[in-house]
Amino acid sequence: MPFYVSPAQQMRDKAEYARQGIARGRSCVTLQYAGGILMMAPNPSSALHKISEIYDRIAFAAVGRYNEYENLRKAGVTVADITGYQFDRHDVTARGIANYYAQTLGTIFTESNKPFEVEIVVAEVGEHPDGDQIYRITFDGSVTDEPGFVAFGGEADRVSAVLKERYSEGLSLAGAFGAALAALSASGNSASGNSASGNGERTEIVGSQLEVAILDRTRDHRTFRRIRAARLEELIAEARAAESRAAEAGAAEAGPADSATASDTPEASEAPQAPDTPTASQAPKTSKAPETSTDSAPPTGPDPSRTDRGSGTNGGDSESPL
Amino acid sequence: MGSYFDGGQTGSFAGPNGDAGRSPRRPSASFMNRQTSSFADFLTSHSPGLLPGRVQPGVESAPGAQVIKDLPHGTTIVAATCDGGVVLAGDRRATAGSMIAKRDVEKVFRSDEYSAIGYAGTGSVGIEIIRLFQVELEHYEKMEGRSLSLEGKANRLAWMVRGNLGAAMQGLIMVPLFVGYDEESGHGRIFSYDVAGGPYEEQRFFSIGSGSIFARGSLKKLYVDDMPVGDAVLACVQALYDAADDDSATGGPDLTRHIFPMIATVSSDGYRRLSDAESQEIAEQVVQSRMSQPDGPLAPLRNG
Repeated sequence: MPFYVSPAQQMRDKAEYARQGIARGRSCVTLQYAGGILMMAPNPSSALHKISEIYDRIAFAAVGRYNEYENLRKAGVTVADITGYQFDRHDVTARGIANYYAQTLGTIFTESNKPFEVEIVVAEVGEHPDGDQIYRITFDGSVTDEPGFVAFGGEADRVSAVLKERYSEGLSLAGAFGAALAALSASGNSASGNSASGNGERTEIVGSQLEVAILDRTRDHRTFRRIRAARLEELIAEARAAESRAAEAGAAEAGPADSATASDTPEASEAPQAPDTPTASQAPKTSKAPETSTDSAPPTGPDPSRTDRGSGTNGGDSESPL
Repeated sequence: MGSYFDGGQTGSFAGPNGDAGRSPRRPSASFMNRQTSSFADFLTSHSPGLLPGRVQPGVESAPGAQVIKDLPHGTTIVAATCDGGVVLAGDRRATAGSMIAKRDVEKVFRSDEYSAIGYAGTGSVGIEIIRLFQVELEHYEKMEGRSLSLEGKANRLAWMVRGNLGAAMQGLIMVPLFVGYDEESGHGRIFSYDVAGGPYEEQRFFSIGSGSIFARGSLKKLYVDDMPVGDAVLACVQALYDAADDDSATGGPDLTRHIFPMIATVSSDGYRRLSDAESQEIAEQVVQSRMSQPDGPLAPLRNG
């Protein structure tokens, strides 16, 4: 160990260390849509989550070292539950949780030898879209307000560029899903773990490699819902179909000579590469007890169209709402 | 005599760091590195002042003890298993001495998607413990990614009731009745408690509160194994009516103010509280039938 290291140098080293750790992993995207907020991340594990519920209208997404952000997730749930219990459920806000994370991460960055290699997004869904909030907290405790959408972790710049292109206000769930999928597919660190193949086609992400969740503003009480299994496959298929329609439309405009490329759509079969072993930060060595839920319901959720009041606010659709 | 929850208790409820897990330089760190997924356990080490049942010893003999005696309580809560689930129903009255303190008390609550809880005893203590219980169940589910088993929930509730024993001995009694839908067996289940905890699993039906004796007698004659949920609801409302008939601390349906028993069902579809309109329909049906038979449906004297 050197005899003396300047504080500035120490901080720079720590920051560099943390940044590298976060860039090594995979990206995650969070974006607003008409019905709420969508969160999506490549995740080969079905038991270990990057996206989780914090409170009624608040969700958590993270990239980086699993055990570190899992610890932060639990702390956030605790802070939320204490606040809601001590005061009232309405008094728990994403801003409060984000500030807690900023304080905690800032302290850890400054005071411990190794900073947390994590980046966290806390999102809250409002009654209306203008009440939605998305906050991003970095490894050193900086908080930023990210209106509309955010991509973080992994090749965040690349993913963010695509997301920015595809995002617009008032998207439907399918539209938001398509935008998120396109953005994540642009990353070299996609779920398949390989860089984009040489012929320029994007690597294809499959349902089993994705973790998707929404905060559904129309729900009573707990708005967080995971999108899984059949519903997830549906949305992926819809997104791919929309892509190919758009690609064909684009090709048709360009003229018949280009029609050959139109058929070369992202749907063109490319067997997904065998998933790379997860990065060290996300190695699922143990598996948790499997969740008892079906499809898109939370761990104990019954048919999501039901609420406690008996007359559900949603229609009879038992799948996650559009 | 204090309760388990009094600040300063050492032993198994102390935090892992002995000093309630708090570090003077990093107060926010006490939320990190959680050892347990129990919210109530966390409160015990982090903020015991937030727990229910914090009562100073000797309150009952103090000059202000009348305050305790005048706290609202009195109730009947009934539970009955049925085909595919369980029904939980409660009256709406709270009495303080000989006065009716409140006409529209809610004593039946959703504890989580597949369980419900009602209570008898002091209203404020009941609300507090139930609130803690609701957060406890939700907190565990969020931390662990799965909900507690039904037995686990019943046990956690027993721990909370036990923790209130000190206060209960000074008059702040709270006794719950807990029901849930067991996803594995596909049946509804009922758990009762006494002031020192429990749980006791009950078969078929059960009742608690000052009117429980009358309600239980009524259900004894009306209850049929595996009855359809609609019949079970009707039987429960009949039982509550009979309890109100004989116990002044239990309220019957108030047709003038449209205040009816609170009725909830728990089944594979989860917790569902009957709407005011539904409760009204059933209550009016019961009242109407009592017009011709004031003592309720007659049970056959001889079988067959």
